[in-house]
Amino acid sequence: MNALNIKGLTKTYQGGTQALRGINLEVKQGDFFALLGPNGAGKSTTIGIISSLVNKSAGEVDIFEYSLEEQPIQAKSCIGLVPQEFNFNQFEPLWQIMLNQAGYYGVPKKEAIPRAEKYLKQLDLWDKRNDAARMLSGGMKRRLMIARALMHNPRMLILDEPTAGVDIEIRRSMWSFLQELNKQGVTIILTTHYLEEAEMLCKNIAIIDKGSIVQNTSMKSLLATLNIETFILDLSKNISSLSLSGFETRLVDPHTIEVDVPKEDSLNTVFEQLSQQNIQVLSMRNKSNRLEELFVRMVESGRVTKESAVGEKINE
Amino acid sequence: MNNLNWVALLTIWRKECQRFLRIWVQTLIPPAITMSLYFVIFGNLIGNRIGQMGNFSYMEFIVPGLIMMAVITNSYSNVSSSFYSAKFQRNIEELLVAPVSNWIIIAGFVGGGVARALIIGIIVTCVSMFFVDIQIHSFAMIIVTLLLTAILFATAGLINAVYANSFDDISIVPTFVLTPLTYLGGVFYSLSLLPEFWQSVSKINPVVYMVNGFRYGFLGESDINHYISLGLLVGFNIILISWAYSLINRGVGIRS
Repeated sequence: MNALNIKGLTKTYQGGTQALRGINLEVKQGDFFALLGPNGAGKSTTIGIISSLVNKSAGEVDIFEYSLEEQPIQAKSCIGLVPQEFNFNQFEPLWQIMLNQAGYYGVPKKEAIPRAEKYLKQLDLWDKRNDAARMLSGGMKRRLMIARALMHNPRMLILDEPTAGVDIEIRRSMWSFLQELNKQGVTIILTTHYLEEAEMLCKNIAIIDKGSIVQNTSMKSLLATLNIETFILDLSKNISSLSLSGFETRLVDPHTIEVDVPKEDSLNTVFEQLSQQNIQVLSMRNKSNRLEELFVRMVESGRVTKESAVGEKINE
Repeated sequence: MNNLNWVALLTIWRKECQRFLRIWVQTLIPPAITMSLYFVIFGNLIGNRIGQMGNFSYMEFIVPGLIMMAVITNSYSNVSSSFYSAKFQRNIEELLVAPVSNWIIIAGFVGGGVARALIIGIIVTCVSMFFVDIQIHSFAMIIVTLLLTAILFATAGLINAVYANSFDDISIVPTFVLTPLTYLGGVFYSLSLLPEFWQSVSKINPVVYMVNGFRYGFLGESDINHYISLGLLVGFNIILISWAYSLINRGVGIRS
């Protein structure tokens, strides 16, 4: 069963901006799905329409086979939303925010109380339960948004940049929390600008640009399309120049080089050649995240293609 | 009503009540002080010189109008400020995302406004008892008029908040529309004191019907037939509630 089924979704805002141009998207039940795209690509509009915060212009949205238009109560009950902006009442205590959220979904108080306790404890907010939300730090507010979204036990959780502005330690704890939720069967849709986050967490991915889906595939197959990876190697001795047969290299400083490794070649060959020149590799890392490289290439090539198409039209 | 809607309605209503009770110094005390001043100045000091108003002392005459004035102002301002704040802070999104029907959202917010209006109504009535012996002609008429008026102005406050784009926008209507209508609505005088032309003009003012319907409940006398007052109140409620529903349904001011 699909957790989400979008057909021909279009959104034109007042003033004529076309945010979505008839997108189609399927997310399987139990998936951890990344919806990526540059700023203004249409991610938040898509999420806004799925969560009923934005009116669509055309198209269909089904959530666990419930039509959002015809069966809104059933469809909305399946969704938990963690929006990009903090949208809880800043003057209310956390405990009240959690109980109110449960109430909006028809969860009676006696069920809501243990649930609120469970999620506030799991997300390390229990000690703050009586504090007004405005007193929390940025990271705590993000965690509160996740805890709140889970109060009605949604089958699908939509997270719009949930870790923005959060330090790495909290981000990692949020990742493991989300992975655990996904293991329990909750379908998760994630948008993020931290591409290593998407690469680490998500099984499938869609990339949206200028209101159209430009890629929709599994994370594995997308990463497999990356032809060249760039590695940074820290070397044991000073070098002024270096040549490795079959590989393009650049000297960053006398101790550090960048090597482009084509997909069909092995890193062992690089190490062997360095060894032959009596150079030891002290440490090694990717120059950038693999998904990030692909994402940048994809978006840039899309732009080049579109710009040249516009150019051709102008020339005509 | 199914369980989901019932729990959701109670949640919104309770949240609204907690909001104005949490800031009771701002919401409940000022009307009591203002109305005490009206009773002292208009009722006692000036009222003694005015003398009888029909078969009643001036103080007895203005009590129902002053209670109604407090109810109108507070039901309106409670919902307009609360709904606009929810829009401004974006926590209205909590309700738009949830499977809550639009009727429940309206009923929850309006219910909060009505609760505050009723509490204020009771406080002002208690204050008035220090100045005058209150008599009741028809308890049912008092309750029905009070409830219908509170619902009407709470709904009007909601409509104002839906259209508002800034905090200034929610103070324009109370200042330039509500206050003049209330003061010219027969709170402090009987329509029979006005020349015939101004009596006719006054009858365009909906507040006249509410004040007179309410006054009938206390004194058994009013300038307007109380059935007409009730009929118009029901009519205005139907129009404003339908308008509010249509706005929320279309997402005006709350969905892009």
